[in-house]
Amino acid sequence: MLYFSKLRIILVSLICLFFIFVASNNLFNQDNRFFDKKINLGLDLQGGSYLLLEIDNKPVIQQKLQNISSSIRSYFKEKGIRIGNLNLLDNKITFNVEEKFKQSIIDEFQDENSNINPYYPRFNSHQFEIIDSGSVLELSFSKQGLVELKTSSQDQALEIVRRRIDEIGTNEPNILKRGNDRVLVELPGLDDPARIKTLLGKTANLTFRFVSKNNQDSFGSEKLQYEDGLNEDYVSKRIILSGDNLLDAQPRMNNQTNETVVSFTLDRVGAKRFGKATSSNIGRQLAIVLDGKIISAPVVRDTIASGSGQISGGFTFQSATDLALLLRSGALPAPLYIIEERTVGPDLGQDSINAGMIALAIGFLLVIIYMFFKYKTFGLITNITLITNLIILLGVLTLFEATLTLPGIAGIILTVGMAVDANVLIFERIKEELKNEKNNIIAFDSGYTKSRTAILDANITTLLAAVILFFMGSGPIKGFSITLGVGIFTTLFSVYFIARLFTAIYVLRNKDKEALI
Amino acid sequence: MIKFNKFYTQFNIISLVLVIISLGFLIFKGLNFGIDFKGGTLIELRSSDNKINVTSLRDNLNQMDLGDVSVKKFGNDQDYLVKFENKDKKKDIIEEIKFNLDKSFGNDFDFRRVENVGPKVSEELLRSGIIAISVSLAIMLIYIWIRFEWQFSLGAIIALFHDVIVTLGLFSLLSLEINLSIIAAVLTIVGYSMNDTVVIFDRVRENLRKYSDIKIFELTNISINETLSRTLITSVTTLLALFSIFFFGGEILKGFSLAMIFGVIFGTYSSIYIANTVLVRLNVSQRTILKEEEKI
Repeated sequence: MLYFSKLRIILVSLICLFFIFVASNNLFNQDNRFFDKKINLGLDLQGGSYLLLEIDNKPVIQQKLQNISSSIRSYFKEKGIRIGNLNLLDNKITFNVEEKFKQSIIDEFQDENSNINPYYPRFNSHQFEIIDSGSVLELSFSKQGLVELKTSSQDQALEIVRRRIDEIGTNEPNILKRGNDRVLVELPGLDDPARIKTLLGKTANLTFRFVSKNNQDSFGSEKLQYEDGLNEDYVSKRIILSGDNLLDAQPRMNNQTNETVVSFTLDRVGAKRFGKATSSNIGRQLAIVLDGKIISAPVVRDTIASGSGQISGGFTFQSATDLALLLRSGALPAPLYIIEERTVGPDLGQDSINAGMIALAIGFLLVIIYMFFKYKTFGLITNITLITNLIILLGVLTLFEATLTLPGIAGIILTVGMAVDANVLIFERIKEELKNEKNNIIAFDSGYTKSRTAILDANITTLLAAVILFFMGSGPIKGFSITLGVGIFTTLFSVYFIARLFTAIYVLRNKDKEALI
Repeated sequence: MIKFNKFYTQFNIISLVLVIISLGFLIFKGLNFGIDFKGGTLIELRSSDNKINVTSLRDNLNQMDLGDVSVKKFGNDQDYLVKFENKDKKKDIIEEIKFNLDKSFGNDFDFRRVENVGPKVSEELLRSGIIAISVSLAIMLIYIWIRFEWQFSLGAIIALFHDVIVTLGLFSLLSLEINLSIIAAVLTIVGYSMNDTVVIFDRVRENLRKYSDIKIFELTNISINETLSRTLITSVTTLLALFSIFFFGGEILKGFSLAMIFGVIFGTYSSIYIANTVLVRLNVSQRTILKEEEKI
């Protein structure tokens, strides 16, 4: 165990030098060298916001069920089957047909080439499943249908969230999917997420619909409140234009009224439709509805064929800017709710870094002093190992561009405390061997060999704990498991290659000395 | 040689009592779950105005109808930790509080940290925390079962449960907050306790092979003594590291390092006085390990 070939010595030195180089990159601010990897600081250290958003898919499910219920009626009418008692419930629709048609309807829904019930070959499942409950037929989303729906609304939500955040222009946001109905947003450097929270909390579903004063409309109408919460109006359910038709939206100052407005440009289809609707409805009020609330309802004075217009509604410049941003980036498929928020201010982050570094320095110093008093020369060797261990650990974290969190720093400090264990196990074993064996080299050799299983066992147990934490933990805790786990490998490397090398050199030079350790 | 085995019975009784008391606390008093596991809102704020103190902050916040509000000093003189349930799940509650405090105290404070955990998320975090601890115990069990004979596994696992239960019991007794980092601490304790036990067990097994005529009662004592300086040195260095986190690592890591300090002390104690005594009570002998080796 004490023999090192020249090649191995060179190799170990090269590895150490490499990691020293890699770790040192964290000390430089510029990235202009050929190696630009650095340890990332977690949100708890650099400050920033972590938002977990949940998509409320209920409205989407309702909408889809409403769509299918109207297509069922017309689809089977063409086939001469009358659908009766069509009811839209929370998660399903129920309807009646004559007994003799029941089976053919069920067959139609279960046919792989069904026109009305899309089939997903890769899941081996339809979008909807139909159950004959005796009195009525019940149609609801199949398990896979629901998964499909959630996945697609998650994809859309992710895209819209990204667009909105990009528009605000925060640096390096991290936007990820979580599960099948959540979106995780990490915003480094942001210490007040109030504006982003407001922007993400809006679905931004914009529609232009005519006000139907006397509550008579062939499409049906609904009572909607104004933004101010004071007034309300009946508004037709017929949608003239929606946010999808917008090409652009910008906040503007209206010079005539001295009011901040949002001006918008429509796409070709939208412009055509808008022109037609305005030309035949001069004198009527056109309500501009955002997320179920009327922003304003100006009277149509003229045909608007230019494909552009303005929304007024008592905006401040800020609220006009935000509305324009929301309209530009599009509507969310479903409402989002913030179910978890963690924000750390940059000064607390800096305080945490400082505290962590002080704790690391003091812990390190204490361990080094203790080891030196305990083992003298071999304490020195252990201490050199500890230092290289720390550098290699930082090097590995840099190489993988790992994220360092406050618990991660705790993991590094803990690694310092526990890293001496392997050396201690070896040295204690050597002491024991020396009681019966006078030859230093043999005693050292067997000390290394005999302590190996204990060292392996001790490190595997800690590693197991770290691995479990890595898979179960979230955010900062993951950072802890990473430093703890990586620390075990770097410790074993340092002990078996670096400390052993120094030990070997020392022992071979002093092989005739007594009471070597 | 220290006669550890003289006190096997006494310490077993003490540990048993400790475990029972801890379980009593865990069942009847319960744990003080933080917002990670209970849901709610936490604000760490720093003020630059000495008008602000715990009482004035609490009075101010109580007027806002936030449910159960707790206000505490947090480390530094000017730092406060505010926690409340946010029962009505108001969306802009943070902004409202900021506005309200602005009005009462002027602009002399700063929100350093805000955490808001919804009920669904806290439930999930609690569940995954419990799963993580259970899985880690199970994996340790499997590992030690593969590595050692069942008598050893039993000893290690009893020691492990002892450490986790007593540490959590102490947290319950002292009403210390259980948050995500405590779960990390408990898992690390599990690893550490196991590590300590396994090193002594390694030696017990080695000695069992070596000496056929020494009874397990003596043999465990010999093994404990042979590994004692390692046990102590490693515990001391680990504790040095942990104490420096506790005293210098900032308020956020206090709970974590405290749990680990308890865990390391219990872990060291239990690998001497619990894991080994199980071997004694099960009357492990050279035959135990030889039988096992024949099977293979």
